[in-house]
This record gives sequence, C-alpha cells and structure tokens, in this order.
Amino acid sequence: MPHRLARAALGLAGLAVVAAGWQAGWRMLGPFVLPQPAETVETLARLVVDGEAGPALRVTIVNALGGWAAGAALGTGLGIAAGLAWPLGAALRPVMTVTLGTPPIAFVVLALLWFGPQGGAPAFTVLVTTAPIVFAGAAQGVAARDPQLSEMARVCGAPPLLRLRALLLPQLLDHLLPALATALAFAWKVAVMAEVLAGGSGIGGRIAEARAHLDLAETMAWILLIVGLLLVCDGLLLAPMRRVLRGRRPHVAAG
Amino acid sequence: MLRFDEVTLRWGDGPVLERFDLAVAPGEVAVLLGPSGCGKTSLLRLASGLVRPSGGRVVNGFRRTAVVFQEPRLLPWWSARDNVAFALLAQGVSRDAAREKAGGLLGRFGFSAADCAKRPDALSGGMQSRVAVARALAATPDLVLMDEPFAALDVGLRRDLQDLVRGAVSDTGLAALFVTHDVTEAVRLADRLLVLSARPARIVHDERVAPVAEPSAIHRAAAALLDRPAVRAALLGPGGVVQSSFRR
Repeated sequence: MPHRLARAALGLAGLAVVAAGWQAGWRMLGPFVLPQPAETVETLARLVVDGEAGPALRVTIVNALGGWAAGAALGTGLGIAAGLAWPLGAALRPVMTVTLGTPPIAFVVLALLWFGPQGGAPAFTVLVTTAPIVFAGAAQGVAARDPQLSEMARVCGAPPLLRLRALLLPQLLDHLLPALATALAFAWKVAVMAEVLAGGSGIGGRIAEARAHLDLAETMAWILLIVGLLLVCDGLLLAPMRRVLRGRRPHVAAG
Repeated sequence: MLRFDEVTLRWGDGPVLERFDLAVAPGEVAVLLGPSGCGKTSLLRLASGLVRPSGGRVVNGFRRTAVVFQEPRLLPWWSARDNVAFALLAQGVSRDAAREKAGGLLGRFGFSAADCAKRPDALSGGMQSRVAVARALAATPDLVLMDEPFAALDVGLRRDLQDLVRGAVSDTGLAALFVTHDVTEAVRLADRLLVLSARPARIVHDERVAPVAEPSAIHRAAAALLDRPAVRAALLGPGGVVQSSFRR
C-alpha cells in the first residue's frame, strides 16, 4: 500500500511540474501563445456548467469506444481465425500490415468522402486503425499456443469448449490484452484527430471550432477534458487489464 | 489389451519402428528400457493415438488411457487442484465434484490445502510431477502410459515418486506402459521388463519379473539384467546410454 501511495504522489508531482511549466510558459510567451492555466480551468468549468462538455464528451466516447469495440471484435475474430488456419493468416497478414502502415488521416479523408461529415468518419477511422493492432495480438496469441498443452488436452479427451476455456483463451489473453490496451489508447487519439478534421459535435470538432475563433483558452480547455478522459479510461479500463496481466506472470518457484 | 501389430513408423531419415509387435495385458506393468532415441517415446505416442503408424496397426482395447509425459505439462494459470480436476472435467464430471476429487487425490499424494491452491510455478519440480501423476490417475484409467516422467528429478525424489506410482498401480490394478532408460527404475517398477535395441527398435529382451523394493535386491536385479549379452549390447553398445540412479 505505501508503494501505491508513493506512486500516486509521484504521479501528482509530475503533473504539478507540467502545470508549473505551463504557468511559466504563459508568463514568458504571453496569452496569445499559451493561455493562463487558471483561465483555462475557468473556461473548462464554464463548459461543464453550461452543459457543453457533456454532449461533446458523449460523442467522442461513442466514436472512440464504439470504433475500438468494433475494431477489437473484428481484429480478435480475424486474428483467431488467422492463427488457427494458416492459409487465412498468410492471406490476411499483408492486408493488416498495409492497413496498419496507412496513416489514419488517409482513412479520415476517405471516410469523409464515403460517408459525409456526419456519417461516422471518426468511429470508422478508429475501427480501421485499431483492428490490425488487435488482429496482430490475437493471431500471435493463437500461434504461440503451447503444443504440449494441446497434446495433454487431447489425450485427456477434453471437449472443444473446455479446450477453449482452459487452454486457448488464457494463452490468447497474454498477447490479446496488451494489444487491446494499446488499441484503446490509440482509439482516443485517432477519434479526436478524426473529429478535428470531420467537424461535428465531439471534442475534436469543438477544438476545431475554438481554433477557428482563435480562442486559445477554450482550445486548451477541450484538450484538458480529453486528457482527463484518457486518465479516467486508463484507471477504469487499462489499469484492470494491466492487473490481470501482472497476476498471470509466473511466481518465483518454490525450492 | 494394447497391441502393436507389425507396426512401422517412419520419421525423418529412417524407420523408428519396423514391423514391431508388442501386447500389454490388463493389470500388467510393462517397462520399456532402451537407448536414447530408439523409439520408446514414439511407442507411447502411438499407443495414446497422438501419432498414426506408417504401417501395421495399434489396437488399444483399454477403456480409458492416461498419459504422464516427460514434462508435467500443467496449465500454468490453474492451481494444482484445478490441474488435476482438468482430467475429470474432460470426462464430463461437474466442476465441484472434479475439484473435490482432485483435492482428495492430491491429499493422498502429500499435498496440503495450501499446496493444492498453488499454481505450478509456485511448486517444486517433484510436486509438479506429483500433480501430473495425480491428473493421469484422476480419471480412473485402466491403462497409463508414462514417458520417463521422473527423468529430471533427483534420485531421492525419483524413488519417492516410483513408490507412489507403484502403489497407485497396485491399488487400482491398472495396466501401465512405462518408458525409461534408468535400469534401476525399470527393476523397481516392472512386472514385465522389455529391452529395446537401437533404431529401428526391436525387443531384444522380454522377461516377467517380480518388482523389488530392497536396494540390494534392486542392485542385484539390475546387475543381472545388464549381464545378459543382448541387453548389454542394446544398452551399452554403440549409441546405447544406460543410466542407473542406484547408489550404494
């Protein structure tokens, strides 16, 4: 417990250093380059009180989490299939590599052309950028199965469902969980970037709007909001995933 | 009855088995001794159905066959108790009943309740081997195939586990096909001793024996076995590596 408290205290100290740097930057560069932290916090409070932050947050959450969930489902399904059937894996791997190597901004532009500005371009972009990450993790997880355990299950006469639960899923999770966590962290960044380009009522769209009005304080306020969302997401989704992974690491063997 | 009828197995650069015949009767503890790489493990893999013969046929008429591999092959994310229960779950036993029976079995193998809850990486090598043996016996097989399961353990621990296996086999009357290249282990466990030649494996010695437990008797029996010219040629000849864990 003391270790956890120390970590939390050090994390807060790191954030305080950033805030101090921001304050110093405002003093040195002036409000046209960097808004005052206090003014940014006031603007953020106003956005929350006026009811502007809530709907924007909802839209971005739907875009990021919706795209991530769809990408995770697609990537997991295809990755497992590719790991189990090598011809499918051989056919899909280059496709996924090309998709992963394509800049997300290219997908935003394509999605805007295909679906229009209000047609779900951010969620689509999140889907196509996260699916290959999850695909790679799932395919690797299936391919890295221990053949000796599979033989053991076979001679025990284990039915497919037991093999799935006792062998495949635990081995898959070792590779899939980090991939899902990476994809989730990526999903927020891609969602906001796509919203900036696509416009709309999400946080990215509001950032684009504030930038157009040269309202630096509001721009920073929206950025603060998305950073807060990332931290909440980390605490609620990524930290439990990390705990699951830590719990699965081998203990020190007894003598 | 387990029967190998003129079984041929080709693997890599040559035949591992060539028209090989062997029968193991119910209740019989047959121990296969042979030099490294002669095809002992292949025989067990054929018997368990993990490998198909290139020729001839393997007929396993036993109701249920269990295997203890060279490595414990435990699920690292499950406790010792759940690893034993796995064999029962595979037979369709309910989770609660499987865990209860697994706990009881491990208790007889010297596990405390705390040990039962440990995952394999928190168990010593000897305890992992016990879990593997318990898993094999949990589903009440009538034939158990054992592939040098104690080869990686030290001599004292190996003897404990040999006694454990011999006791379990005697208590339940199951048949066993045990592979080893340790002469003393063979003498301790067998009521039928089979010595194989180098590849392609053929039986050069087949003898019904009474298992011996006394160290001096084990030594005498092992020495007598090695005195036979055919056995000496197979185990001590070119490529033959004999191992004995007996210490005076």
